[in-house]
Amino acid sequence: MVKLITADEAASMIKPGSRVAIGGFLAAGAPETIIDALVLRKVGDLHMIVIASDWEDRGVGKLVVNHLVTSAQVSHLGTNKAIQAQMNAGEIAIELVPQGTLMERVRAFGAGLGGVLTPTGLGTVVEEGKQIVSCNGKDYILEPAIASDFAIIRAHKADKMGNLTFSKTSRNSNPIMAMAGKITIAEVDEIVEKGELHPEQIACPGVFVNFLVKTKES
Amino acid sequence: MANDKRAIIGARIAKELKDGDYVNLGIGLPTEAANHIPPGVHVVFQSENGMLGVGPTPEAGKEDKDLVNAGGGHITALPGASYFDSATSFAIIRGGHIDITVLGALQVDQEGNLANWMIPGKMVPGMGGAMDLVTGAKKVIVAMEHCDKYGNPKVLKQCNLPLTAKGKVSLIITDMAVMELRSEGLVLCEIAEGLTVEEVVKATEADLVIPCVINRF
Repeated sequence: MVKLITADEAASMIKPGSRVAIGGFLAAGAPETIIDALVLRKVGDLHMIVIASDWEDRGVGKLVVNHLVTSAQVSHLGTNKAIQAQMNAGEIAIELVPQGTLMERVRAFGAGLGGVLTPTGLGTVVEEGKQIVSCNGKDYILEPAIASDFAIIRAHKADKMGNLTFSKTSRNSNPIMAMAGKITIAEVDEIVEKGELHPEQIACPGVFVNFLVKTKES
Repeated sequence: MANDKRAIIGARIAKELKDGDYVNLGIGLPTEAANHIPPGVHVVFQSENGMLGVGPTPEAGKEDKDLVNAGGGHITALPGASYFDSATSFAIIRGGHIDITVLGALQVDQEGNLANWMIPGKMVPGMGGAMDLVTGAKKVIVAMEHCDKYGNPKVLKQCNLPLTAKGKVSLIITDMAVMELRSEGLVLCEIAEGLTVEEVVKATEADLVIPCVINRF
């Protein structure tokens, strides 16, 4: 069952060296309160699995500028000069993954699959070193599932079962990352009683969620 | 880029969009097309972070932090819009459910190859959703300035930057010309008002197939 904890308790749970899948897309729907707590506790040597490295002062960009990330699987770095500088200086190891492939590889792990077959990246550097599998007469790249120790996500409302609803485009990668965490911590705006969220509205069932953190009002 | 060039390219892209199309416009120049949709043509714009039914930029003061496009810019939702997670969004893209995607390019070549995600040793923004879009959309349109800021051609015989996808581009729209990939090669279909065919050929490295009739746009 889901448990309400503080952002600092969440950060203390995440050990240095952990593989962390983090929800959000260019900081929209990013779990800013938990990210701030990780920065405060200086939880370092993290492997980050995220769509984009956001901005230096928003989203996961704050982990990067504080040198807490040593490797990442990510699809877009363009808005964050710090991560590009750290990559060029050899301080951070980056695997660039096409965004749709990243989502499916993360989802595959959460869904108990070993990987996925995708045509995305055929004929490009993305296919280098990977197995090409022919299926139904078409070629696909075999892309392995991406495992994570923790998923840190952001939702709008949670009920006390950990069922989550999201707000507009801040849903993005959050329900996918939630599936993949061995431990998933959801930062939410509001926590309501069991039964208050309509079952049809729930975009991430509470079975994927272990802990809730209340977001800090900005 | 000068506003008049943006408007010319945007208006020409818009002519490719048919009533009922599901369309993904890349960030930057391609979004200009949304300002030129003819009356009576209704298209549904996707934002790959997880939305169909993207509307115009909100008025100042009415921005919603939870409602952004794939570039992080504020947008609105039109009636009939839907929100979904990013895996669903890329299922839409990769699964062939988007009719047209329009992307910018660093280079594009006469084989329909596209390079738009990195310059080794110089700029590595990452591919984001571009590789999936180019792989999965039914029609891939490249929209860009014909030459780079130094005046060098961007429409090449062969891309020399890392590819985004191989052989997927079907139409190239620039401030100078409209070129289509056909079985006979890269065909110069249209040229911009005020230009000659020779001027377009000179600004293009690729071998262009020149048909008897070339329209103006």
